[in-house]
Amino acid sequence: MANSTTSGVAVGHDAGHGEHHPRLQHHFFDMDQQLEASTLGMWVFLVTEIMFFGGLFMAYILYRYWYPDAWASASNHLNVQMGAINTVVLICSSLTMVMAVRSAQIGSIRGQVGYLIATIGFGATFLVVKYFEYAEKFEHHLVPGLGMTFAPPADHIHAAHPVVGSSEQLFFSLYFIMTGIHALHMVVGIALMLIMLVWAWRGRFTPEYYGPIEVSGLYWHFVDIVWIFLFPLLYLLGAHLGAGH
Amino acid sequence: MSTHTSHIITPTRTYVAVFIGLIILTGLTYVAAINDFGALNTPIAMGIAVMKASLVVIYFMGVRYNTPLTKVVVVAGFFWLLIMFGITMGDYVSRAWLGVPGR
Amino acid sequence: MATETAPARQSYLDAPYGLAAWLLTKDHKRIAMLYLISITVFFAIGGLFALGIRIELLTPKGDFVAADTYNKLFTMHGVVMIFFFLIPSIPATLGNFLIPIMCGTKDLAFPRINLLSWYLYVIGGTLAIAAVATGGLDTGWTFYTPYSTQASQTSVTMAAMAAFIAGFSSILTGFNFIVTIHRMRAPGLTWFRLPLFVWAQYATSLVMILGTPVIAITLLLVMAERTLHFPIFDPKIGGDPVLFQHLFWFYSHPAVYIMILPGMGVVSELVAAVSRKQIFGYAFVAFSSLAIAILGFLVWGHHLFVSSQSIYAGLVFSIITMLVAVPSAVKTFNWAATMYKGSVTWESPTYWVIGFMGLFLIGGLTGLFLATLGLDIHLTDTYFVVAHFHYIMVGGAIMAFLGGIHFWWPKMTGRMYPESLAKASAILVFSGFNMTFFPQFLLGYMGMPRRYHSYPDEFQVLNIASTFGATILGLGYGLCLVYLLWSLKRGAIAPANPWGAKGLEWEKTQSPPTTFNFEEDVIVTEPAYNYAGSGKVHHG
Repeated sequence: MANSTTSGVAVGHDAGHGEHHPRLQHHFFDMDQQLEASTLGMWVFLVTEIMFFGGLFMAYILYRYWYPDAWASASNHLNVQMGAINTVVLICSSLTMVMAVRSAQIGSIRGQVGYLIATIGFGATFLVVKYFEYAEKFEHHLVPGLGMTFAPPADHIHAAHPVVGSSEQLFFSLYFIMTGIHALHMVVGIALMLIMLVWAWRGRFTPEYYGPIEVSGLYWHFVDIVWIFLFPLLYLLGAHLGAGH
Repeated sequence: MSTHTSHIITPTRTYVAVFIGLIILTGLTYVAAINDFGALNTPIAMGIAVMKASLVVIYFMGVRYNTPLTKVVVVAGFFWLLIMFGITMGDYVSRAWLGVPGR
Repeated sequence: MATETAPARQSYLDAPYGLAAWLLTKDHKRIAMLYLISITVFFAIGGLFALGIRIELLTPKGDFVAADTYNKLFTMHGVVMIFFFLIPSIPATLGNFLIPIMCGTKDLAFPRINLLSWYLYVIGGTLAIAAVATGGLDTGWTFYTPYSTQASQTSVTMAAMAAFIAGFSSILTGFNFIVTIHRMRAPGLTWFRLPLFVWAQYATSLVMILGTPVIAITLLLVMAERTLHFPIFDPKIGGDPVLFQHLFWFYSHPAVYIMILPGMGVVSELVAAVSRKQIFGYAFVAFSSLAIAILGFLVWGHHLFVSSQSIYAGLVFSIITMLVAVPSAVKTFNWAATMYKGSVTWESPTYWVIGFMGLFLIGGLTGLFLATLGLDIHLTDTYFVVAHFHYIMVGGAIMAFLGGIHFWWPKMTGRMYPESLAKASAILVFSGFNMTFFPQFLLGYMGMPRRYHSYPDEFQVLNIASTFGATILGLGYGLCLVYLLWSLKRGAIAPANPWGAKGLEWEKTQSPPTTFNFEEDVIVTEPAYNYAGSGKVHHG
């Protein structure tokens, strides 16, 4: 079958199956290739997430360009303090995430477990704050969907910058959709971290094998980055026009 | 094809320094937003956000130590977003140039 | 063609045995076969909708179905054919089967994700059928707002969700290919020694990754507006329906390159094999695939020429659209140059390839008519557009798909199909296709609009010709299905390399391959298509 003169392919050597790591999958040559493939794969997936959120940012950009006053006054109804707390919470969670991966790299199970619990804690905190934020919006009749009546309060902001038509509804639609999809990603992230926590606690990760936790970390940081852009764009754009709450 | 780049372990103090940088930049975002710089408010806010995102990408996500291919993938993703924003807004912004009412 | 006994080792088809072994497989070849069965089912469903359309259009009056029903027929024909047949077709079947083998490796980078992509496809497809059964969809496959978000009384949300899920299937396929091609090539297999099919799949995967997420979010926004009543595109409160069009076409234009690039990859392989010659201008063809993928992202506004888009944007999109035709032309010239003075044999794959080249040529050239702003004002939303894209998608992509299925059939199934029937079906498909769609260029040019079920009497003759052609086309496809299925049980056993072609799949694997593809680890030392007496051997 193998005719090396016509096909130009020489007989290869055995791929060192004697000393294979138990976590090496059969189609990979060695652990380094496996980790590189996983990292590249996660980044390619994150590029799809960038384009996914990108569609929402596109809508935001267009409508902000068309309705700058409505955008500014709508933004001032958002709770900047809660937004800021959540920003800090996520930055802390990114630190603990990175420390969890580092703990795996140096072989510390206690470190992995501790930092993963902290990361999950910060993630849960984010969602709790978000819950209260959303509850406030519902209370103040700022939900343009779900069959509810949209009725922003008449206040000095609106007096200074009259709302253009009812385009504030567009802002709030985008607010709920953008932060809502972001929150869904957080939920997925927390679920992923719970799996990592169980695996870490069982000692699955070693300095030679920590791909899953590193790659989950990439996902977590990405969700943080989306928030880094959402915070100024949604919460702070009208801040110089006068205080929110 | 092993390059062993994945075995570089970043020291804790680097991570903490990046964390502090991110917190400071967040504070800066808030301060810049409550002051009126006119048309510059948005570029300043976005500039700071890009700096924060870059810190996360380069240090926390370890792209600093990744292969050139991974770096290209990261840049390409953000660049493609700019294509969508740039050309679409090109349409909307240039509609007014013809000087014909309604076009 | 040598006759051989059954393959020396158990192939991927035999072992492990059982339904569960197939439904839980991680083997890229089995997943390719699972996809082949599923997309054939959806091709038949899409074809039934086409039949409904062509029957209605036999007469000028709208007398076969009501207008609302007709709207559903053309919409669902489009949705099923695009999202559930064309987009997955070559990548998920031939791509899944061949990419690891052409890269000299045992499987794709992420085999379980590959299986997940098939399940997502099946779930999306089931939802699409459910949407059809619960009221259908009548918005056009383009889902334009505000009709889709506010007025339509059909199963818009379910259909949008079906396409959304199918989109993720596509993303996972693309992502798997990118990582595999970058990180899992065998030793010695440099980029410039790869078969051009791999280059084409790589370019396609780039488009899948960068474009599909945008339609995903756009469909999500339509669903949010329709079911949760969060206004995004609602003009009453200042929303912009044209924003929907920008977002939709940002994906859907590159999507047409997802549909044609793999076909071009197949054609490169077939042209080299039937000509027994190195592809002329290998590097140009390889880079053209990348150029098409990239430029394809910069032209979506040519679908918005009459939408109130700015004339300056229109000009830019028009120019770039003409530019994107250039790499496609480069490839076509290179294929022709390869066949010139090659030892071309008239086997069935040759028929499919020649058919592709002629039909793709017409489709591509007519695209230039549409790219010209002034002409497009008159031709847009007429049958001219319908004919143009069918020449590319059916005359191009489907002919290439069938050519590839025939060419690699012996490798995938271990059986040969009857040559004479294969040639007959290629001729039936080619003639039926032209009879169906050439009249539509004339109809469009004369002003017959698309998506209408009734039309002025003077258009009837051409419509009858078109329907007649569609019958022949359907017979051609039907014949293919019959003899290919027949060959599974009764076809001659295929040798490892029935075409005498170059390539890892022909020279280093049996027909059908074993589960892990290769008997020995692959090390590559030669360029692709290194046919003896090639003359110019490309130095990779």
